[in-house]
Amino acid sequence: MDFSIFGYQFMQNAILSAFLGGIACATIGVFVVLMHMPFIGVCMSHAAFAGALLGLWLGFNPLVGAFGLSLLSAAIIGPLADRGELSPETSIGVIFSLMLGLAFLFMGLMPGTKSGALELLWGSILTNTRSDIMLLGIVAVVVVALVFLFFKEIQATIFNRDTALAVGIPAALFLYGILFLTGATITASLRSIGGLLIFSLILNPAAAAYQLTYNMKKMFLLSAAFGVLSGWVGLLFSYLFNAPSGATIVVTSSVIFLIAAIFSPKRKVKGWRSQPLQEEQP
Amino acid sequence: MDNELIVIDNAVVSYREDIALRGVSLKVSKGEFVGIIGPNGAGKTTLLTVVNGLGKLLEGKVRVLGHYLTPGNGHSLRKRVGYVPQVQNIDPRMPICVREVVMIGRYGILGLFRRPGKSDYEIVDEALELVGMSHLTQRPIGHLSGGELQRVSIARALAQQPELLLLDEPTASLDWKAQSDILELVKMIHNTRSLTTLFVTHDLSCLPVTCDRVVLMKEGIIWGEGSPGELLTDDNLSRLYDMPVSVVQSRREKAVPVHQ
Repeated sequence: MDFSIFGYQFMQNAILSAFLGGIACATIGVFVVLMHMPFIGVCMSHAAFAGALLGLWLGFNPLVGAFGLSLLSAAIIGPLADRGELSPETSIGVIFSLMLGLAFLFMGLMPGTKSGALELLWGSILTNTRSDIMLLGIVAVVVVALVFLFFKEIQATIFNRDTALAVGIPAALFLYGILFLTGATITASLRSIGGLLIFSLILNPAAAAYQLTYNMKKMFLLSAAFGVLSGWVGLLFSYLFNAPSGATIVVTSSVIFLIAAIFSPKRKVKGWRSQPLQEEQP
Repeated sequence: MDNELIVIDNAVVSYREDIALRGVSLKVSKGEFVGIIGPNGAGKTTLLTVVNGLGKLLEGKVRVLGHYLTPGNGHSLRKRVGYVPQVQNIDPRMPICVREVVMIGRYGILGLFRRPGKSDYEIVDEALELVGMSHLTQRPIGHLSGGELQRVSIARALAQQPELLLLDEPTASLDWKAQSDILELVKMIHNTRSLTTLFVTHDLSCLPVTCDRVVLMKEGIIWGEGSPGELLTDDNLSRLYDMPVSVVQSRREKAVPVHQ
């Protein structure tokens, strides 16, 4: 097999992007899975997509638009979910449909070819530039640093918001922080992974890690490892089979989840044969 | 030294769009054990949220541990108040063990950027010992029974080393053995630590007889207040729960007294 491809700059950029994006997305994924808001990923990626289209249409930096709209949706979903007027999933659904509508609207109003828009939808990790990597790097470092610094507050908020509040932690602040972080991560990864595919890179590694451990720290570490692995193995398959990289990354992350689910100790009854089934009656 | 830990003066409090407390006044002194009973929807839980700095006060004054209730500043108060809710639904696969859940009780007091140290682990282990959960400290939280979850909740509240303990229907949805165990535990904690305790329940048989004082609530007002012996008459209870005196009598006869 010829691996000289890995000597090229674009491939090295892609490998680095997969590493940074994998860590950032998979870390966010732990929040998403444990807080039972899986669709926050789809919602935010469509918000970022709509924002980027707005930028393309009106001629400003799409990244700024993407950041703007995804942070705006975080700012709306947070209070809606927090006050308990609507279930989080319902408020996410309302914002998601709005963002999808806006994306179509902007795309329809945009003159000329839509190839730039479609690229955002599918992503193109192989054409990542140094500035894309810088952005991914900043987001990955910020996400990991915040989880590290605020681990105990995050752990309490994820476990139960009411409990966190009752012991004197400003739980709403941490919920909003987590939502903002989700928006920022998705925006930064939009160009590399693509609006449609990013959802799986958020959800699958964390869902796989969730199958394997009862320790939250280990879940963060495992999830990040699975995220990076998905990116790298996906890139390799993309090269070997000449297939679109976004798709191979997603399929790899799904396979990792499947393997984790099959080998999950959480579904097995622990060592029941070694213990007597009935204790002696006194 | 101020001996009145809780002073609620003519509080009108909303819960969602309704008025849950309609002019409630209550004082609780240091070391007291106050039982609050009343039917569902009487405003008992709202009363606790007010004490915990979470209620929406429309009128009146509330002072708890020297704090006046105003919106958005309750975090420092809540660090000093232990709160035990009803049995919560917990994701059975939640990756967190019993000891970590109890440690959450230390998190507020520790504050930002500080990690639990040796003394925090000692406090947590002592609380687990007290509630009789020392043998399950490494168990994932989702694997516990309802009674065990309540013990962990109580241990978490104790790990805060609170000046005030609030219990909101801690025995609801537990079987009667678990109920009586939790009541024994609450009584023991009050006796050994002389911790000021507010105990809310709708179920009379779940009211520990250690109560110094009973508060009857109905439809958002305090309806009666006094020693359990004087206040908990068949007549009063029949009016509190809108049931004929004969039904109350037969129910009380059937009820197995938990502590006698």
